[in-house]
Amino acid sequence: MSGQVQEEDFVNAKAYLLQSNLYDHLCKVLTKVLDERPKNAGDSFEDISKDVKKTAFNPESDVLQDKNEDSTEVEIAETHKKLFTKPDELELHDGHDDELGAPLGNLMESAFMFEQAGIGFSREETYRIFLALKQLLETQPIQHIRFWGKILGVQQSYIVAEAEPRDGEDIEPIEKDDVEEGNGERDSDAGGDDQDDDAIPKPDYNPSPVIPREENGVGCNKKIYFVCTEPGMPWTRLPPVTPAQMVAARMIRKLFTGHLDAPVNSYPVFPGNEANYLRAQIARISAATQISPLGFYHFDEEEEEQEETDARDTYVENLEFEPIPVKDLADSNMANWVHHVQHILPQGRCKWYNPFKKDSEELDEENFDDEAEETDAPIPEAGPPLLTPLAEDAEIAHIAPWSTQLSSNYFPQFALAVVRSNLWPGAATVAAGRKFENIYIGVGHKYSLYNYSPPAMPPVGQEHPMMEELTEIEDPSVEEEAAFKAAQQEAEERAEEEAEAEEDGDEDEN
Amino acid sequence: MILQDKGKMESSSLTQDMEFTAGSGAVLSPEQKASLQMSLILLKNENKFRGLFFWGKIMGLSGDYYIAQGRWQHALSDRKRFYSKDCIKWNLLPEPDELMRENSRLMVGRFTGDPSHEFEHVEIKKVNGQDEEFFTAMKEENRLASVIADIDDDAAIIPRGAYLRTPQGIVKPNKSFEGLSIADATKLESYLHFRDMAKMSGKEVSQRADFNKSLDFLDPISDDIPQGSWSIQSERGSGLVVLRSLIWFGLTFYHIPNTPQYGFMYMGSGENNKDLPFML
Repeated sequence: MSGQVQEEDFVNAKAYLLQSNLYDHLCKVLTKVLDERPKNAGDSFEDISKDVKKTAFNPESDVLQDKNEDSTEVEIAETHKKLFTKPDELELHDGHDDELGAPLGNLMESAFMFEQAGIGFSREETYRIFLALKQLLETQPIQHIRFWGKILGVQQSYIVAEAEPRDGEDIEPIEKDDVEEGNGERDSDAGGDDQDDDAIPKPDYNPSPVIPREENGVGCNKKIYFVCTEPGMPWTRLPPVTPAQMVAARMIRKLFTGHLDAPVNSYPVFPGNEANYLRAQIARISAATQISPLGFYHFDEEEEEQEETDARDTYVENLEFEPIPVKDLADSNMANWVHHVQHILPQGRCKWYNPFKKDSEELDEENFDDEAEETDAPIPEAGPPLLTPLAEDAEIAHIAPWSTQLSSNYFPQFALAVVRSNLWPGAATVAAGRKFENIYIGVGHKYSLYNYSPPAMPPVGQEHPMMEELTEIEDPSVEEEAAFKAAQQEAEERAEEEAEAEEDGDEDEN
Repeated sequence: MILQDKGKMESSSLTQDMEFTAGSGAVLSPEQKASLQMSLILLKNENKFRGLFFWGKIMGLSGDYYIAQGRWQHALSDRKRFYSKDCIKWNLLPEPDELMRENSRLMVGRFTGDPSHEFEHVEIKKVNGQDEEFFTAMKEENRLASVIADIDDDAAIIPRGAYLRTPQGIVKPNKSFEGLSIADATKLESYLHFRDMAKMSGKEVSQRADFNKSLDFLDPISDDIPQGSWSIQSERGSGLVVLRSLIWFGLTFYHIPNTPQYGFMYMGSGENNKDLPFML
């Protein structure tokens, strides 16, 4: 009996389950569990059930399934593919390599050194950058190329390559400077002075003279820089930096977006777009953080005799360089390291330019008094000479400008000396024996202890010269007004009296 | 911090995870990796942690701090942090209270690398018309703990769905998390702050179309102030999404869409970027 009842119950229950579609679903779920045998089926039962329900809506064959997937992953792979082309046997540039020495160092080797110091990218990414540098070298007349570093932008990051063009072969002709335009404007202003007084008054605002940029191959524009956002993408050459851009870049703090043509919205106004700003920051970082062991470079002695008066701006590799022991390089007094990029003056150039020189010549011709001119003459700015030891670097508010350490605790004999800049976080140098490498990976901003505040607006200019009739005076009080009126009345009365008296007198005389 | 724990040993996946955050320029040397692989396992065993994660590195002037974070059952509140100077010996970091964290925000300058270093802050206040100096002193160890707690609050993030809250209120990894879709992975709304839900406004989240009470118990990072305090980039195309905090430079989060792989790493100086409003 009981068996029969049980069976009846079972049939009823099954009928109910079948009725509500649950039966099929449970079958599918249990089949899935038994097929896949997940570790904790009890916990993930709901998810499995959900998954089964979901797949019911995903038909096995899709009308769209043959459509190529154009995800960005595929795009990037296509871009990278261009890098993986084997060089031809008869490469044009191969001939040059022997004459000029290796134009491209082994990036993987320097990446290995940086990895010991905890700096760098994944090896695959480094390799792609290496290939991209090779690609750049093949397309441009470059004598030497170096991976400068990476600037992390908000939307994209920049990979920066530092290159030296071959002698005499400038990659881009020097375009007309905006200096001449500036001078032209001033001349036209000066010409208007002799006109009659009724003309529209000229503002006496005198824009500060435009300082010409340094020629390609000199000072801040000594090297040229190429950037790309992803290995395999086309390299873009950054425009040369002008002093005005250098000066403005020092006063602003903006993040890089990753698009070279993006405007730089800032106060003070930055003259140029993001490409110019990037170039200015690269120049600042290079000048502050490119360092080499003492004695690795030295001044060319022949050149030294020629230009004794001028600050020396060239150096050559010292072939007799004795490697400095790593322990000394990692010493925190930094006496064994020197800057090998020229200091950038506050003016925004490496070599000081007298902006009033041209004007003073004109003045001399016109026999102006020389004394006044001399007192106005600006004091030439001067910075530390090239190859100055790092020990002389200024502190950042009690923080040492450089931090050093050894790359290994266990193998001091194989360790590298690691030097990190505290002024430009992200800049680092590793060295061992005759080898040293500089790199910068960061957002491209200088360290500041306190928060940034934009410079104050200039004071409002004066509209009129101070004159008595234009000076505002205080309104008179009621008493003063009454007194004034009384005085006026009195004066009038007196005048009338006098007039009467005169009339009387006249009559008398007549 | 490598947050996933799908039965995987965190320290063994460390090397692999480091590859994904390396685009920011910070890696660990083989020596450090080898040391961590050994010492993290021992640390986990000693403390009977359910999960132990390598959190990152705070760079000091004369030495760096390596940070690890262990957790027991409750992923958000049941946790302890450790620091090490050599990746071998781990020291417990103090649990910072509100006052300590307030004070740590007054301190400026880089970490020195010496845990017993004293930072000082002088504030000049007018008391009865006379200037009086008020000193606040703080040990570097305490500042370190406070800064790490601040970074965790501001910038520790997870993809939506990676953690769930059970009806008992326990926050634990979601075992059936299969990653964000490519479309979702490039949106800031898909990433949530991994911090105590006390700060949650709850207003906007509940308005999302696919609101799920057990997943949306954290603040999405799209509401962060100022707008644009995250940089979201696709590296390797859509194969790897990387988020960088612009408030805490050095914090890199990665997620591989359509896989449960994600994690973050902080490698920086431990100072926040106060200038962000000017920099955007």
